[in-house]
Amino acid sequence: MQKQPQENSENRMALKKFFRRLRSNPTIFIGFMIVLIFLFIAAFGPFLAPYPYTQQNLSERLQPPSDDNIFGTDQFGRDIYSRILVGSRDVLVVAGSGTVLAVFFGLLLGLFSGYRGGYFDEVVMRVMDVILSIPPLLLAMVILFSLGPSRVNVIIVVGFLYIPMVARVVRSVVLDLKTRQYVEAARLRGETSAYILYKEILPNVLPHLAVESSMRFSYSIFLVASLGFLGLGVQPPSPDWGLMVGESRTWFHQARWVLFFPAGAIAILVVGVGFMSDGLRRMLLPGGVSDG
Amino acid sequence: MADREPVLKVENLTITYDTEKGPLHTVRNVSLQIAPGEIYGLVGESGSGKTTFARGVVRYLPSNGKITTGRISLSGTDLATLSHKQIRKVWGSRVTMVHQDPNASINPSMLIGDQIAEAMRVHLGLNKKQAGQKAIEMLNKVRMPDPELVARRYAHQLSGGMLQRVLIATAMATNPEFMIMDEPTTALDVTTEAVILDLIRELMSEYNTAILFITHNLGVIARICDRIGVLYAGELMEEGPIHEVFRNRLHPYTRGLLGCVPRVDASKKSITLSSIPGFIPRPNQLPPGCIFAPRCDLVEEACQLERPPLVEIGPSHLSSCRRVDCLRTRTKEVEQAREERIEELGPVVLEARNIKKYFPFSGGLTALVRGKKSVKAVDDISIRMRSSFTLGIVGESGCGKTTLARCIAGLEEATSGEIDLEGEHLDYSVSRREPAVLKKIQMVFQNPDASLNPQLPAGYSVARPLTLLRNMSKKQVQERVKELFAAVSLPPDYIDRLPHELSGGEKQRVAIARAFAADPVLMICDEPISSLDVSVQASLMNLLAELQGTAGTAYLFISHDLAAVRHLSDWIAVVYLGRLWEIGSAEDVFVPPYHPYTEALLSAIPIPDPDIEQDRIRLKGSVPSALNVPPGCRFHTRCPRKIGAVCETEEPPWREMEGGHRICCHIPIDELKTLQGGGLLKKAGQGGNR
Repeated sequence: MQKQPQENSENRMALKKFFRRLRSNPTIFIGFMIVLIFLFIAAFGPFLAPYPYTQQNLSERLQPPSDDNIFGTDQFGRDIYSRILVGSRDVLVVAGSGTVLAVFFGLLLGLFSGYRGGYFDEVVMRVMDVILSIPPLLLAMVILFSLGPSRVNVIIVVGFLYIPMVARVVRSVVLDLKTRQYVEAARLRGETSAYILYKEILPNVLPHLAVESSMRFSYSIFLVASLGFLGLGVQPPSPDWGLMVGESRTWFHQARWVLFFPAGAIAILVVGVGFMSDGLRRMLLPGGVSDG
Repeated sequence: MADREPVLKVENLTITYDTEKGPLHTVRNVSLQIAPGEIYGLVGESGSGKTTFARGVVRYLPSNGKITTGRISLSGTDLATLSHKQIRKVWGSRVTMVHQDPNASINPSMLIGDQIAEAMRVHLGLNKKQAGQKAIEMLNKVRMPDPELVARRYAHQLSGGMLQRVLIATAMATNPEFMIMDEPTTALDVTTEAVILDLIRELMSEYNTAILFITHNLGVIARICDRIGVLYAGELMEEGPIHEVFRNRLHPYTRGLLGCVPRVDASKKSITLSSIPGFIPRPNQLPPGCIFAPRCDLVEEACQLERPPLVEIGPSHLSSCRRVDCLRTRTKEVEQAREERIEELGPVVLEARNIKKYFPFSGGLTALVRGKKSVKAVDDISIRMRSSFTLGIVGESGCGKTTLARCIAGLEEATSGEIDLEGEHLDYSVSRREPAVLKKIQMVFQNPDASLNPQLPAGYSVARPLTLLRNMSKKQVQERVKELFAAVSLPPDYIDRLPHELSGGEKQRVAIARAFAADPVLMICDEPISSLDVSVQASLMNLLAELQGTAGTAYLFISHDLAAVRHLSDWIAVVYLGRLWEIGSAEDVFVPPYHPYTEALLSAIPIPDPDIEQDRIRLKGSVPSALNVPPGCRFHTRCPRKIGAVCETEEPPWREMEGGHRICCHIPIDELKTLQGGGLLKKAGQGGNR
């Protein structure tokens, strides 16, 4: 109603404040910029790419970077630059969806487990421990061998593997929050558990969740790249960065750029997301709360 | 003492912090001197720059803080000009510090003895063996029982009071000329505080160290300091010998602070506490004239034009108030007398009988070996409350007072016992109580920062009980929220504010409004004021008393501050180790005969009047663990009036007196009366005003 304009200006104020904080710390700023650039590339990659990513040119195999192919060409004469641009979409979508999956289920499990406590908590947390006790890559390989490698299956695996970590972080925050006095005040006036979880606890979990999600995202990128490298992820001819690194193994004695550019792309993205999550932590959780 | 050469001489000290918003002059033009063997008390509300000043004096400031002007001389050495290397030599040898929180000041992974020895090895050049021996000597000096044993322990094995002694021993070890004590007793129980203060007093006369003693508690200052300086927003308002300042109070701020402190000899029925309106200004928003002018009730136009200097107004007594003459003639107390309410017993609201709460002590494997034990937090307590009636519960920390309150509220399920509210039987757990019952019991919690959801606006927190428990329409809710905010004296635009935009006292007001929104018949106040400044405490106590007058709510008021309990309560229950030992009307409990434990508590209260002499009854040791409750009378291990074997073997009987005043002790009432005589407070000389 009348509140609308005021709220709008408040939002703008908050946004301004956010950007001021962004600028005041160069690391955070760089992190956000890197992530934004990659998101842009992922969205418009195919339009930016000078060549179709599957276009082979067998006479131009393993050419070093030149004016025509600024990142050089691979073993089939495909333009590496175009493949990296197009491939960013794969990485971001697969790692991103996996993260979303993990965060969603991890949040639910963590909330209920932490709030209810007792046997439910005990059982859930022990199951999480079991998943955590198996090396993630090994577990991912076992699952992918049985499900068969595909994009959707990689998303499921990433999500599954990171649920326990998210759940643990959320649970530890909930354990702290549920003894807060505003939660007790809510219990005293007879609020339902659902209300307390949704209205009193969840909003205070979100900052922690945002930091945890961004960290999970950077790990997911790694995992997706590792699976691609092992040939268990996205299948050729998809321009998956991990896959490209994997395929380059045979050639990189003759042509280092085949390995260098996709690996560099992975590294830059992971560092960027890392900076971003570090920045989020400093902005959202001043005083530094343990990350479980 | 004044004629001796001062140890510390500070002249016109200004300390500035560099912040994003420009320089903040946190302490401005403060000058003071401390003579050897003198304890100088520095008092002020939080944010007045006490700690910054103390740290600035020894140049122990954070990296963005610096001394802009002023001279600091420590027995002739100019501290302000020393290089970093030189000042490091001064720290720990010539200047030492005792901090507020003993748990955070002691390295938990180091033996106590090594910790004390460390300072001596570094600064006195002693070898390991000598230092170790000296450490035990120091522990002996601070009256530590079994010093050899304690020296070989870690911090977590000692109680708060013992740790504070260790800190004092460490600080004294190098025989410093000057020592800073920053709220050294704030985190301790009254009884422990009294013991530590006695100890500091004794040690000082022996060692001749000059001490800067920082506290917000005027009672503590009155008990141990020789001189007092009142700091307000970074400037000294009044300074002088302790008796002079407390008797004459020649600055409105001093007067205001003292008026805020509840007295042990008067209650809400007879007086309203005075409180200081407004807030302490930030150093970048100072008023042009006298910095206290916006909050002063004596303000005149000239006050707002020019900053008044600190001038001598008596023998070494300084005040910065222009209107000293006016203050001299005005009566000392500005408190308003209250009409005595006619005592009328309301209907019984709450009846709790034989409440017990045992927490299972699950030690994993130990439980298997030693059998199951339980912590008896509350062990058989019965209370009864009437409407418009306040029951105060006092006791040291860990005595079970909060657990009792949480059992009644249903946040903790009682192990056994019966709770009746307005004649209806109550379920133990809040989750099984009917909404109609729920609205009748509300609670105000201790920590203002945790009592409001940081993500929800203040108005929402107050509105929620209205929609949930009283089924009001949206419009009615809005109306009622406005009324409630007005009732707790908050402006209506606070309704949309988020908790981080409110001060501690304001948050607590919102919490009180939230509790009253449900229109409860019983309100449990669990130390609602203990983490706030005195002036805020006073205004909240007035608010609580006022709301009770209009709403007729019964209060269960829990506090370790006996003066606050005395002020607000009609009846007082004294709890120790999960059981009641004395219960009676507030007037009766505060005059003899009392239970020996009550007697010790009362004698430990720091009273903000240096002219009052209190009997010294000090309790030894700390509260025994609730896992191993002593047999017989639970208090016998620390009781100063223990009569013999009976106390160790038999549970004491309840002895009843007139007016329902009851004491649970082996000593008969008449004997207690003769033992305790005329009471604990003795006025030195005359003085009818207090």
